[in-house]
Amino acid sequence: MTADIFIQVLVSGLLIGLIYALVAVGLTLIFGVMDIVNFAHGEFLMLGMYASFWAFALFAIDPIVALPLTALLLFAVGVIVYQTVIRRILKAPMLSQIFATFGLMILLRGLAQFFWKPDHRLIPHSLVSGNIALGPVQFGLPQFVAALGAVGVTGALWMFLHRTRLGTALEATAIDREAATLMGIDGQKMFALAWGIGAACAGLAGGLIATFFPIFPEVGSNFILIAFVVVVLGGFGSVTGAFLAGIIVGLIEVLGGFLIGPEYKTAIVLSLLLVVLLVRPRGLLGKA
Amino acid sequence: MTTGTTLSRKAPISRKAMGTGALLALAAVLPLAITEPSQQNFLILILMGAQMGVAWNIVGGYAGQVSLGHAVFYGIGAYTSTMLLTTLGLTPWIGALAGGLLAALFALAMGWPCFRLKGHYFAMATIAVAEIMQILVTNSDFLEGAVGLYLPMDRGGWGWLIFLSKLPYYYIILGLLVLTVLVSWAIERSHIGYYFRAIKDEPEAARALGVSLTRYKLIALSVSAFLTAMGGSFYAQKEMFIDPGSVFAGTISIKIALIAILGGVGRLTGPVLGAVILITIEEYSRTLFGSTGSGTDMIIYAAMIILVAVFSPSGVLGLLGDLRRHLPGAKPAAVKTEKMEVRP
Repeated sequence: MTADIFIQVLVSGLLIGLIYALVAVGLTLIFGVMDIVNFAHGEFLMLGMYASFWAFALFAIDPIVALPLTALLLFAVGVIVYQTVIRRILKAPMLSQIFATFGLMILLRGLAQFFWKPDHRLIPHSLVSGNIALGPVQFGLPQFVAALGAVGVTGALWMFLHRTRLGTALEATAIDREAATLMGIDGQKMFALAWGIGAACAGLAGGLIATFFPIFPEVGSNFILIAFVVVVLGGFGSVTGAFLAGIIVGLIEVLGGFLIGPEYKTAIVLSLLLVVLLVRPRGLLGKA
Repeated sequence: MTTGTTLSRKAPISRKAMGTGALLALAAVLPLAITEPSQQNFLILILMGAQMGVAWNIVGGYAGQVSLGHAVFYGIGAYTSTMLLTTLGLTPWIGALAGGLLAALFALAMGWPCFRLKGHYFAMATIAVAEIMQILVTNSDFLEGAVGLYLPMDRGGWGWLIFLSKLPYYYIILGLLVLTVLVSWAIERSHIGYYFRAIKDEPEAARALGVSLTRYKLIALSVSAFLTAMGGSFYAQKEMFIDPGSVFAGTISIKIALIAILGGVGRLTGPVLGAVILITIEEYSRTLFGSTGSGTDMIIYAAMIILVAVFSPSGVLGLLGDLRRHLPGAKPAAVKTEKMEVRP
C-alpha cells in the first residue's frame, strides 16, 4: 500500500467516521441521561433525510440550507416521542422499555414505507457536489461538508453540555438523577431535552448525508448498528468518547474494507463490538 | 390458547390436560376441514411462527434476555440441514438435529461476550452478531453465497421430509411445535425455570444466592437456539430453497421477537397467540396492499407493541387477563400478572 493510497483511505475513514460520531452522540446522550437505548435512533436519521428530501423536492430548498429546519423538526419529533411514549415507560420493566423503542423503530419504518414508498431516492444537484483534489488525495465535497457539519454540531453540543447552565443541568442529571432533582433540576424536562437533542443530532446527520446517500425507509438500520458499536467503544454515555470512537470506527471500516474487501466492512466494524466487549467492556472513556 | 390464561399453575392438572388435549385434537383435524392448499399454507405459517415464538420465549421471556438476532440460529438450522442433504445426502431427520446442535454451540460462543451486556445492550449485540453472520454467509462460496441453495427435487417422502402436498408439512410443524412447547413447559416447571425467572426479576438477589447468572443465561440461549434452528430446517424443507435473505435476514429476527412480545412474554401460550395475530395481519395486509403490504402490517403491529409496552408488559395475553378481571361479575383472576420489575 503506497503512502498516497494510505492517506486517501485515512481521509475517507475520517470523513465517514465523523458522521458516525454525530449519530452516536445522540444515542449516548439519551442513554447517559436515562439508561434507555433508543432503537429508533436510526429512524430519526431516516426522518432527517426525508425532511431534506421533501424540502428539496417540494420547495427546492437545498439540504444544507434546510439543516436548521431539519434540526428543529427532529427536535420536535424527539420531544413528542418522549412525551407520548417514553415518559410512560420510565419506571416500566426493562423489557417494556426495549419493546417501546423497538416498536417505535418498526412504526417509523412502516410509516415511511407507507407514505413515501420503499424506493431509493436521491437529491440531485445539491449546492455541494463534485470532488476536491488535495494533491494526490481526492474526496467528495458533499462528504467533506457533511464531516465538517458533524464536527460543528458535536462541538456545539459539547459546548452546550459544558458551558451553559441548561447543559450542565443535563450533565448533572446524567451523573446522578436524584442529586440533580434535589438541586432543583426538573428531571422530566431534562429527559425531554435529551430526547429532543438526541433526535436533532440524528436528524442533522441525516440532513448532512442526504446530499450523497440514497434515502429509503430502512436506511436507519445501516447506521443504528454502527452507532451502537461507537457507543460501546466510546463508553456508554460519554459524548467525548463517542466522538473519538466514531472516528476510530470510520477508519477501521474504510481500512478494513480496503484490506479485506468492501463486502466485509460492516462485518469488521460489528466484530469490533465483540472485541471491545471481551477486552474492555467499559469502552474508551466509559465509567467503570 | 385461552386455557393458559384462566388456569393457574395450581389448577387441577386434569383440567389443564383436557384443555390442551382438546386444542391438540382441534389442531390435528383442522387441515382435514380446510383443504385449500393456500389456506393450509396459512395454517402452516401460523404454526411456524408459533414454534419460533415459543423457542424465543425461553431466553427472551423466561430468562428476560431479549435477543433481536435469532435469525442467526434459524439460518444455521436451515443451512446445516440443507448442506448435509445436498453434499452428503444425509436425511434432514439427522440434519435438523445437527443444525440444532451447531446453533446451540454457536449460542454458547456468542453468549460468552454478549452476556457481559445487560438488557438493552445485549439486544443490540445480538443484532450485530446476526448481521455479521448474514454478511459472512452472503460472501461464502462454500455456501453458494447470495445465490442460495436448492434442495434436491428428485427425492421425496418421509425419509427425506420432502412432499408435494401441504398436509405432511402441517403435521411435521405441528409436531415440532408440540415438542417446543413441551421443552418450554418442562423448563418452566423445573428448577432451571425458577432460576431463569430469578435472573430476570432479581439478578442481584439471584447472584447473591449463588445462581451463576452467565451459566443459566447460556443454557437459556442454547436451548432456544437449538429449537429455533429446527424451525429453520423445517423452513428449508418446506420452501425447497434458502438464501441468506430468507433465513438470516434481520426481518426474521424481528418477526421471531415480535411474535412472542405481542402474545405475551414469559408465558407458555403467549407466542402461540402472538403468531395467530401477527401472521393473520401479515397475510391480510398482503392481500389488501400487495406483496410488500406497503408497510401496513408493520404499522399495525408496531402500534400494538407500543401499546402493549406502555399499558401491559405481559402482552395481549396479559391484556385479556386484565379485561377479564375488570368485567363486572368476573371471578378474580386466577393468575397474578407476573411482575417483570428490574431494579436499576
